[in-house]
Amino acid sequence: MATVALKDLVKTFDKTEVLHGINLEIEDGEFVVFVGPSGCGKSTTLRMLAGLEEVTSGEIHIGDMMVNHLEPKERNIAMVFQNYAIYPHMSVRKNIGFGLRTAKMSKQDKEKRIDEVAEILSMSELLDRRPSQLSGGQRQRVAIGRAMVRDPQVFLFDEPLSNLDAQLRTQMRLEIKKLHQRVGTTIIFVTHDQVEAMTLADRIVIMKDGYIQQVGTPTEVYQNPANLFVAQFIGAPSMNMLEGRLTNEGIVLDAGFTIPVRPKVAPQGMTIGIRPSELTPAKEGEAALMEGSVSVVEPLGSETLIYVDVGSTEIVATVPGRTLPELGSRVRLNTPKEEIHFFDTKTGQALK
Amino acid sequence: MSMTEIKPSSATLEKQRSASYSNINPGKIIRWTLLFMGGVVMVMPIVYMLSTSLKWPHEIYNLSIIPDEPTLENYIFVLEDGRFYKWFVNSLIIATATTVSAVLFDSMVGYTLCKFSFRGRMFVFIAILSTLMIPTEMLVIPWYIMARDFGWLNSYWGIMFPGMMTAFGTFLMKQFFESVPDDFLEAARIDGLNEFQIWWSVAMPLVTPALSALAIFVFLGNWTAFIWPLIVTNSPDLYTLPVGLTTFSVEQSVQWELIMTGAALATIPTLIVFLVFQRYIIRGVVMAGLKG
Ligand SMILES: Nc1ncnc2c1ncn2[C@@H]1O[C@H](COP(=O)(O)OP(=O)(O)OP(=O)(O)O)[C@@H](O)[C@H]1O
Ligand SMILES: [Mg+2]
Repeated sequence: MATVALKDLVKTFDKTEVLHGINLEIEDGEFVVFVGPSGCGKSTTLRMLAGLEEVTSGEIHIGDMMVNHLEPKERNIAMVFQNYAIYPHMSVRKNIGFGLRTAKMSKQDKEKRIDEVAEILSMSELLDRRPSQLSGGQRQRVAIGRAMVRDPQVFLFDEPLSNLDAQLRTQMRLEIKKLHQRVGTTIIFVTHDQVEAMTLADRIVIMKDGYIQQVGTPTEVYQNPANLFVAQFIGAPSMNMLEGRLTNEGIVLDAGFTIPVRPKVAPQGMTIGIRPSELTPAKEGEAALMEGSVSVVEPLGSETLIYVDVGSTEIVATVPGRTLPELGSRVRLNTPKEEIHFFDTKTGQALK
Repeated sequence: MSMTEIKPSSATLEKQRSASYSNINPGKIIRWTLLFMGGVVMVMPIVYMLSTSLKWPHEIYNLSIIPDEPTLENYIFVLEDGRFYKWFVNSLIIATATTVSAVLFDSMVGYTLCKFSFRGRMFVFIAILSTLMIPTEMLVIPWYIMARDFGWLNSYWGIMFPGMMTAFGTFLMKQFFESVPDDFLEAARIDGLNEFQIWWSVAMPLVTPALSALAIFVFLGNWTAFIWPLIVTNSPDLYTLPVGLTTFSVEQSVQWELIMTGAALATIPTLIVFLVFQRYIIRGVVMAGLKG
C-alpha cells in the first residue's frame, strides 16, 4: 500500500499536449476514480503511472519514491486492462501465477498464494480451465486475480468493466468494492461511466481535455459541482441548465421566468442548474417556480422522467413512479431554493 | 435413455433424400464440375508419380495409370541404394535447420517491426519487402560468389544460408503480430518480464497458427529446393534429394521409374510436416477469441 502523488504532470504526444499539468495527491488505501469523456486523458494518466508511457514533464511519486524513471516492474503496481489481457494459451492457474514468475518465492509459496487469491475471488474450482472456457465476468476476475497475486502497492484499473453487459457490470462493481474493503490497497480506477465513479470512489477526479475539473467525494461533486461541466457530467439524467441575466428582481431566465434569489457574487450572465430529481410538482395553490407543457414521458418503473417545454427550453424532471402526466398537459414545478446551483455563464465556474 | 431414443422413420429419411436431390441446381453442378476438374488436375501428377514408381522400365512410356505388371522392385532398388539415404538425411537436416531458423528469426524481426517504434522502422520494413521482388534465379550468382569467397561451397551451411531468414516470413509474421493486442505485452511488462521474454512467452504462443503456416511453407520450400543446392554443391555426398534424384537420369538413359520412386518417398516427410502443423493452425483459430 502506498500514497501516490502527481505533480504538474504534462504529457505531449508528438507536438500535441494532451495533459496540461495534473496535480493530485492520493492517500494510502484510497479508492480514486478518474472519470471524464472519451479522449480526456484518463488512460494516458494511468499509463504514465504504470510506466508504460513516458512522462514529458512533472513528477510521479509512489510511496516516498519518485518513479519517473523506473521500469513498470520496479514500481510495484498492477494493472487490469479493459480487454482483460489474460493469456488464452495458459490455464487460469498459470494466468494468475504469471505475475509471480519473476518473484523470489519457493514453488509451494507461489502455489499457496495463487490458491489464496483464487479463494478471495471465489474461483478455486476454475483454476484448471482455459480462458476460452470462462464467461466474461470470470475472465475479468482472472485478470484481477493476476493483478492481486503480487500484492502490489497500487492497483490500476483501466475501464475494466466496459466489456461486460449491464447486469454483470453492476455485479463486478460490487465485487471490486468488496475487494478493496478486504485488501485495502490503493486503487486508481478509470471509467467514463459516472455511475461507476459515484458508486466506487472514495474520491472522484473529473477530467476534461487534459485538465482536472474537480476532485472530491461523490457527495461533494454531486452537491457542489465546481463548474458547468462537472454539474452536467455527474448525475443522470443531467442537471437542467438555464441561462439568464441578473436584474434587480433576481435572475431573469431566457426560458421566460424569474428566480427571486441571487448568489453573493453575481456576474451579469448567469446560468442556473437544477437537478431533475429536485424538481417537484407544485401543490395546489402554491406559487410555482416554473410552468410548462409536457412533451415526452419516459416511465422507468420506480420513477418517471418527464420532459417539459418551459418557454423556449426543455427541462427534465424526475417524478415518482405512478404519476404519469398526459402529453401536452400543463405542469407547475417547484424546487427548494438551496437546490439551485449558480454558474458564471462566461467562465462556467460555480458561484456561491 | 435407449427407450426414448428417437429414430427417424424410413418415411422421413425418404423425404430428406428426395429433398436433397431437389436441391441440385445448375449453379451447383457447374461449381462441383469445376472443383472436380481442378482436383483432377492437381491429383494427376501424383497419380502418375505413384503409378510410374510401380512400373518396370519397359512400361514407363505406356501412359496407362494401372501398371500391367505392378512391382515394388523400384522401391527395393532405391531403398537399397545407399545414396538415397544420404540425400534424404541431407534434405532433412537442411530443411529442418532452415525451418527452425526462419521461423525464429522471421518472427523476431516481424515482432520488432510491428511492436517497437524506432527511427527507420519503415525503411527497414520496405527494404525487406523489396527483396521479395527479386527472383531466386537472379540471386544465385551473388550468393555463389559470396559462398565461394567465404569458403562455404560444398557445405551444409552453404546450402542453408540463403534460406535462414525469409522476407516473406518476416512480412507474414509482422502482419500476424498486428493482431496481438498491446495490452497483452504491456500486462507482461508490468508483471516484470523483459522484452525477450515477452516475445517468447507471450507474443509467440499467440501466433502459433502463423508460425505453423510459416513452418510448412519454409519446410516445403527447402525440401523441394533445386537450383541453389545444385549450384552450391558438387559432391554427391552433399546432394539434397531433388538434386540427387536427377542423377538417376544422367548415366545412359533417364530412369524415370527410379526418379518417381524417389519422389514418392520424398513426399512422406512433407506429408508428416503438414499433418503435424496443420493441427496447430486449426487449434490456433479456435482459441483466438479474446474477450466476451
Ligand atoms: N499513442 C498516442 N499517440 C498520439 N496521441 C495519443 C496517443 N495515446 C493517446 N493519445 C491522445 O491523447 C488523448 C487522451 O487519450 P486517452 O487515451 O488518455 O483518453 P481517455 O480519457 O482514456 O479516453 P477513453 O475514455 O476513450 O479511453 C486523446 O486525444 C488521444 O487521441
Ligand atoms: Mg482510455
